[in-house]
Amino acid sequence: MDKKLSIKLFVFFCSCLSIILFATTVQSQEKAKYGEDDQCIVCHKDEEILPEDFSEFDIHLQTGLSCKGCHGGDETSDDEDLSMSSEAGFIGVPEKIEIAAMCGKCHSDINFMRQYQPRIATDQVQQYHESVHGKKLAQGDTKVADCTSCHSVHNILPAIDARSTIYALNIPATCKKCHSDKEYMAEYGIPTTQYDEYVESVHGVALLERQDTGAPACNDCHGNHGAMPPGIASIGHICGTCHVNNQEYFSKSKMAIEFQRDELHACEECHGDHDVKKTSDDMIGDSDSSTCVDCHEEGEEAYDTGIKIRQSLGGLVTAYDSAATLLKTVEHAGMDDLEMSYAVKDAKQSLTQARTLVHTFDFEQVKVKTDEGKTFVTQALKLGNTQMQDLRFRRLGFGIATFFMTIVLVALYFKIKDIERED
Amino acid sequence: MFKKSAEKSYNWLDDRFKITPLVEFMRHKQVPIHKHSLWYYMGGVALFLFLVQIVSGILLLLYYQPGVDSAYESIRFITTKVSFGWLFRSVHSWSANIMVFFVFVHMFSTFFTRTYSKPRELTWLTGSVLLVLSLVFGFSGYLLPWNELAFFATKVGTDIAGAIPLIGDPIKLLLRGGEGVTGATLSRFYAFHIALIPAVFTLFLFLHLLFVQRQGMHEPEFFHKLPENKKRMMPFFPNFVLRDALLWLLVLNIIIYLAVFFPWEIGVKADAFAPAPDGIKPEWFFMFMFQALKLLPAHMFIMEGEVFGILFFTLAGLVWFTVPFWDVFIKESMRPKIMKLFGISVIAFILILTIWGYLV
Amino acid sequence: MAFNRRAFLNTILGGGVIGWLGSIFYPVISFLIPPKIPEANVQSVNAGSIADIALNSSQILKFGRTPVLLIRSKTGEFKALAATCTHLDCTVQYRQDRQDIWCACHNGIYNLSGRNLSGPPPKPLSEYLVNIIDKEVIISKPKQMG
Ligand code: HEM
Ligand code: FES
Repeated sequence: MDKKLSIKLFVFFCSCLSIILFATTVQSQEKAKYGEDDQCIVCHKDEEILPEDFSEFDIHLQTGLSCKGCHGGDETSDDEDLSMSSEAGFIGVPEKIEIAAMCGKCHSDINFMRQYQPRIATDQVQQYHESVHGKKLAQGDTKVADCTSCHSVHNILPAIDARSTIYALNIPATCKKCHSDKEYMAEYGIPTTQYDEYVESVHGVALLERQDTGAPACNDCHGNHGAMPPGIASIGHICGTCHVNNQEYFSKSKMAIEFQRDELHACEECHGDHDVKKTSDDMIGDSDSSTCVDCHEEGEEAYDTGIKIRQSLGGLVTAYDSAATLLKTVEHAGMDDLEMSYAVKDAKQSLTQARTLVHTFDFEQVKVKTDEGKTFVTQALKLGNTQMQDLRFRRLGFGIATFFMTIVLVALYFKIKDIERED
Repeated sequence: MFKKSAEKSYNWLDDRFKITPLVEFMRHKQVPIHKHSLWYYMGGVALFLFLVQIVSGILLLLYYQPGVDSAYESIRFITTKVSFGWLFRSVHSWSANIMVFFVFVHMFSTFFTRTYSKPRELTWLTGSVLLVLSLVFGFSGYLLPWNELAFFATKVGTDIAGAIPLIGDPIKLLLRGGEGVTGATLSRFYAFHIALIPAVFTLFLFLHLLFVQRQGMHEPEFFHKLPENKKRMMPFFPNFVLRDALLWLLVLNIIIYLAVFFPWEIGVKADAFAPAPDGIKPEWFFMFMFQALKLLPAHMFIMEGEVFGILFFTLAGLVWFTVPFWDVFIKESMRPKIMKLFGISVIAFILILTIWGYLV
Repeated sequence: MAFNRRAFLNTILGGGVIGWLGSIFYPVISFLIPPKIPEANVQSVNAGSIADIALNSSQILKFGRTPVLLIRSKTGEFKALAATCTHLDCTVQYRQDRQDIWCACHNGIYNLSGRNLSGPPPKPLSEYLVNIIDKEVIISKPKQMG
């Protein structure tokens, strides 16, 4: 019995020990993974001929896919004649046309990729062939982007890594490398001003200045691997992924039908594409910055609708401003602004909604909201004015106190005079 | 009828406490009448304002809740929800500032008439303590609403205290109740403001007034030289007291006027993690020191400019408050002129730096 | 004559003092009377008794200066969230049919934990605590760090 127990214990300890040993060797193996036993890196490092963009953080290098994975050769030999011989399968720099297929060897194979990320997409190569880049490459144009143009060659990092060329904040700069180069793009006859326009746009400012990664970069509208200019039909849907209501209102409006008929781009026609600016109420109506007048002329019914919508928005804005001003006054006077601030907030909300409703191009619908907003403003003004009346009431109280004080003061003065006369 | 019962109760009290000598004393106490008599009222105004502070302060205490997430809210509550809360808060704030102002006026008036010299050295000294206490009163009260400006002003203010060589750090720690300005600081300042300082203040005020009553009003030199029949006097009671009352009424009314027409601002709630806003200002009565420290170069002699400034102000304060003990070493004939020059330069220094501080 | 003058003066003085005292004590007394809302700092809000709150319903409560959305789910759990949309400050609402939180302004959608699911809102809605004390639903501010 005792013996059995001790044997059991012995076995237990041994297995514990071996697990620990195994774990540590695995760890040390992992540590050794990069560099030491890869003769490609050893020599190229010694000779200082590592690729310019070489990075030890490269995700492939980190997970064990080293030079050989793409270039072939024998990484165990330190004799360059052997290691970089065609017998060893060395291919040198891969042809551009082969690159997508080369990445696809692994990246299109879900059974392989699953080991690293169960949910990873494996349709990148397929999409690439459908993209403008991919199609042109198939036609023999080697100036277009391949995988490495965006992902880099020897410094590939996942999209969530802030150092990556495809991290949301870095994407515009990555596309810009080619698309803002006038000379490079000359033969394609497409503009090269997209980046400059984008950085000034609401989206560019939000992404690049405020670092709001929710804001769209190039790929959010053009797609990643299947990059293409969006077609007429899809523009509304693209903007609509975020601007849901605007898209919904628009698609149900009379305007949408006409747009389709005349092959006009939804959203873009008024807001622009890369250079989307912060909107203003003057985009509607008949002012200089109005976009309605681009198509509609005086005398048309639509023209008048534009003016009416503009006026009802303007009316609410003026009313809202007066309420906001009064709110400041009330606050500044140290009066109770709580109830009023709720009413002002409601008015603001109506205004926001009315502005969204502009996309119905239906004056009646906008008016319902602006009217609602105006009732909130009226309510706010009433509350504010009551507070200010209270303030005036305080002045009345002050007047009463002062009145008595004056009487006491005057009487006291004469009293003192009296006393002093007696002395 | 009314007169009779008043007389009766007076007799009842007199029987037990012998108050007649006290009244006689007050009646016989004489206040000189001359062209500078007005200054005799300044201390009284300061005293009255202190009483206003106590009354309005106690009222505020009923609703004020110290604490990082209640201080600001409770002040807002007082001004918006409690009836006449706005009045008492504004009165407390206005009167606090006006009190400091009158304390200064009072001090300079006693300085220029050289009231401080023998036998009134101790009156001057207790007064000095009262001035410092008033400033600390203001400093501690400033933080209580826990608004942005006060928060950062307190930070800067305690940092300055922390720059004092050797004892600076312990003082800063003691004031803040921790490393930074936090809720712990607020609790402390609250305790200082409503318990510690009022108690000490009351004690010194008592001594100050005791000395004044015991010694009677100071007569200026030129008054001494007048022949006895040319000296005009008025009894302290009731003449002077009634005049005091008249002035107090007026001052109170002015304060209420300010409270009604220029309600004291509440500002924005302090956020310890927000960056410091523009225009952090200490209260006006610290402005001259603040500005002076700002103007000093980073290094002076063997020390930091700030340390030099602090040492300078400490020394200057000491010199100022000990004036009765060293001015006797100045030749009698030169004394009035020299002291006048000294006082005027101090006022000019304070005024110029204060104005400068507000201009930039 | 002199006597009359003095009596007159005393009357005026007395009357004045009484009036003046009145105008000082009236504010003091009214100050002492506690206001309707007796506390300064809104730390918690009572939403009423559990029995009065229907399943799959919601209400907006005024928590000091911030509106708070109190939701009672289909299964009876309570959830309180800041009702101010993180996009452009509109007030959000609970949608009974979809059982999610919706902002009517630009169609922002949040789930019942306040996570922003779709539309423009960039951040989740912050959470408030819900406690049931004596069958009353009490909403309070989340514990702060530090
Ligand atoms: C024993 C008498 C006093 C009591 C019980 C008292 C109590 C209080 C209380 C509860 C507050 C907070 C409310 C508020 O901030 O409005 C406060 C604030 C304040 N106190 Fe006093 N106080 C007294 C005397 C003084 C004196 C003598 C001064 C000035 C020399 C002073 C200056 C201030 C100041 C400047 C504030 C800030 C006011 C503000 O910004 O709202 N207090 N005091
Ligand atoms: S304000 Fe809520 S989605 Fe825009």
